[in-house]
Amino acid sequence: MANGETAGAVQLREHIVEIVSDSGEGAQKAGQTFGTVCAKMGNGVWTVEIIPAEIQPPARSPAGASGIRIRLATNVVTNMGDEADLVVAFNEQVLYSRIANGAYREGTKLLLEKKWQEDPQPEIREQYAKAIEEFKTNGLEVHELAIEKACLIHTNNPRRGKNMFVLGMLCRIYNRDLNMARAEIANTFKRKGEKIITANQKLFDAGCAFAEEHIPELCYVVPPRSEADLGGRKFLVSNGNQAVGLGVMAAGMELVSMYPITPATSASHYLADVFHNTGGFVHQAEDEIAAIGFAIGASFAGKTACTITSGPGIALKTEMIGLAVMAEIPLVIVDVQRGGPSTGLPTKVEQGDLLAALYGATGDAPKIVLAAATIEECLHYVILARRLAEAFRIPVILLTDANLATGVQPYPRPDVSTQWFAPPLDQSDWDPEIPPYHWDVNTGLSPRPIPGMRDGNYILTGLAHTKYSKVAYDADSNQRGCEMRSRKLTSFAATLKPPQVHGDPEGDLLIVGWGSTLGAIEEAVDRVRAQGQKVSSLHLRFLSPMEPGLKAIFERFRKVMTIEINYSDDPKVTSGETRRLAQLAWLLRAHTCMEIDCWSVVYGHPLQPGLIHKVIDGRLANLTENA
Amino acid sequence: MFGLKADWSLEVFERYFTLGDYAGGEARWCPGCGDHGVLTAIQKLLRDEQVAPESTVAVSGIGCSSRLPHYLGTYGFHSLHGRALPVACGVKSRRPELDVWVATGDGDCFSIGAGHWIYAIRYNMDMVVMIFDNAIYGLTKAQTSPTSPKGMKTNTHPFGAFVEPHNPLTVTLGITNVSFVAQVVDWNPPLVYEALKAAHRHKGTSFVRIIQRCPVYAEPYIKELQSDPNRFLLLTHDQGLPVNTSVTRQFPNQLVHNPRDLPAAWNVAHDNSAIPLGLLYHNPDAPCYEDSSSIGMDMTPETRLQALNRVLDTLTI
Repeated sequence: MANGETAGAVQLREHIVEIVSDSGEGAQKAGQTFGTVCAKMGNGVWTVEIIPAEIQPPARSPAGASGIRIRLATNVVTNMGDEADLVVAFNEQVLYSRIANGAYREGTKLLLEKKWQEDPQPEIREQYAKAIEEFKTNGLEVHELAIEKACLIHTNNPRRGKNMFVLGMLCRIYNRDLNMARAEIANTFKRKGEKIITANQKLFDAGCAFAEEHIPELCYVVPPRSEADLGGRKFLVSNGNQAVGLGVMAAGMELVSMYPITPATSASHYLADVFHNTGGFVHQAEDEIAAIGFAIGASFAGKTACTITSGPGIALKTEMIGLAVMAEIPLVIVDVQRGGPSTGLPTKVEQGDLLAALYGATGDAPKIVLAAATIEECLHYVILARRLAEAFRIPVILLTDANLATGVQPYPRPDVSTQWFAPPLDQSDWDPEIPPYHWDVNTGLSPRPIPGMRDGNYILTGLAHTKYSKVAYDADSNQRGCEMRSRKLTSFAATLKPPQVHGDPEGDLLIVGWGSTLGAIEEAVDRVRAQGQKVSSLHLRFLSPMEPGLKAIFERFRKVMTIEINYSDDPKVTSGETRRLAQLAWLLRAHTCMEIDCWSVVYGHPLQPGLIHKVIDGRLANLTENA
Repeated sequence: MFGLKADWSLEVFERYFTLGDYAGGEARWCPGCGDHGVLTAIQKLLRDEQVAPESTVAVSGIGCSSRLPHYLGTYGFHSLHGRALPVACGVKSRRPELDVWVATGDGDCFSIGAGHWIYAIRYNMDMVVMIFDNAIYGLTKAQTSPTSPKGMKTNTHPFGAFVEPHNPLTVTLGITNVSFVAQVVDWNPPLVYEALKAAHRHKGTSFVRIIQRCPVYAEPYIKELQSDPNRFLLLTHDQGLPVNTSVTRQFPNQLVHNPRDLPAAWNVAHDNSAIPLGLLYHNPDAPCYEDSSSIGMDMTPETRLQALNRVLDTLTI
């Protein structure tokens, strides 16, 4: 039956699939396996987890919706897309929150567990019947299926086993390579032993047969990307946090010092599992401050370290980041952004830490801030961050977010090289004539003595200091120190190129974004451009310093606006000088002295191309009215 | 080149370090401050042990005593208030060969840095941690510290401190994996020297609390201690600190105390009737965190690359 494409299968360019369940029913494992099989077959894939905010939400509650979305296509996929085309649900209640989020459209096919219609509790039977009516009224194409009953033939614990059954159903529906899927199951459960593997493969086979018998009309083919597109390259499949972990190793760093915080921690989980292979160590510190302090200590001693955290952790690390700026200690700080302020939305995405990353310190604390826009960039930018940190003797903050952290996508496997690694520890003698901050006045750069270097002895301090690292409170020394630290950003900025515009270099509207919204913004822009609108987009990777030439690019458009996932006042409510803007918009206004508009929301969701499309249409309409 | 100088003499035998090699900037502590004597003891010990200045790192937090690295001719890291210990642990994590000294105070270690104090003891990384305890915040001018005695009048408690002071010894001795706890007073330099020497030779975190004079903001408290030797209890033992007559004469109250006996150390620390001096506890066999944190340091770039490619293989489709 492997690769047995059923005659009459519907050919599709892309499809969006969801599996939604109570927490702990294995939907995510099934979805990740399905996504991996699709990626291995050469499809473009993006998977994103649907995560309940609580660890053990009550069963059958709308707020407890847990699961996964898989978008598979014949093209590269860069975001989660809009409404799902097909959804498998283990109960009807969890669908309500997805419907409220606009996850489905009229015609979305719903494969729903139907055991609830015979539940011993009358209120559950009632809820189920009512929901089915509502779903049908909303235009969902409902298929009620006895999934658990069918699983019971193969397992006495269908709650644990039905995810592999569903994987079988999906692989049948989408005509996946079934042998590849069985091998993937073996890989997933390899630590649990042969018995568990066989049991899960049996459930998988039963799921295939079940779909063939009960829903034969649901039969699709999404052809893989073309050979030319794939280019004979090898691909990695990982989420953004794993990519950060790979980047740490590929940068040749030896130490990650962290404190558990959602959604950053899984990067450290991954490293804890594999880092020792490349001679590295994950230090779980007693708190966020100790985590960065430990990293700074290692960096000072010549082993540039990395600390990985999220918003509240950044807040706690602020004083230490200031120290690293002041004393010019190379350091890589990864901020996997989540909703804020305070504890905020721990599991949800936001781009709310941009201004905190740039300005969240007392005094003038210039540092380099990068933002990864793709999962692949999560890997490469860690390598870049380590190099920049050492070359410019500066802390580098890499911003990613919960969307990148949990999204899974295939991307080209890098051809790693020892050139990417940190150079071996320099223990040669230091020239005693050279002070520890031998600033080049033009660039602010200076070589750095490392403990162990003879005659390099100096006392690093967070106090204002001279080039000899001597504490100095005088006017000239403090002014000079600030100048030199600032000049490093100027000299780094001089090495950057203007960013590429997506679309025409001039037009009516330019959308500016940063971070994980790249895929959704460009997909939306492509849709409006296909309708003949003069809209382009620009995506910034360097936030401090910014890429050059922005003003010149902006001036070629009638209107420039940012689209971001952070808070801004609705201009219909608060306009003019009192309107508080999205974070990049503030920066761009200050940077270019131009009128920069913005649109942003803090729904805790990744942005979807459909919503951005609507926003663009709205702004274009305003533009026409005002013309 | 190859360790040889141009005149073909082997350089390694040429280096002999004198006290001058450990001299840094001129100490700016107040006259009569206990820190001066401790600094001298450290410099003397480094000279006696012939530790290369370039492989020594003095880490400190913020406070009067945290200025100490500036006055030493070694590498130094004058960090943030309360944060000397995590920084020092980080230094040691991937450079275990470095000789790490931490200078911290009662406010720095027992108040703002209290969390790190507990964890540094537990990690037991090989370093000497000196707590300069003068029972007052000096740098910020006379605020109550965690070890200020109840009733002490300070700028934050002008009518007297409200609560009983912390007992850093009982806390430290209660932490899992504690391996070395000593207490001395700055006005007995031979004992300070012996404590630092034993601490330096111990592999693990050596916690040395130095009860110390602040002649400017805490003089009455210290004067009272200095004038009454009966307030102290000198711990003696073969495995404790060597004490000569200049020590025994100053502290007539003495107790034979085996520093390998943890419950006995708890008793000594808990006994409020006398301030113990000497080595309270020593366990030379407690595991050190750097034995874990420094794994893989010897890997060549080529081996790392091969390992990395194998890791990438597991995610490759």
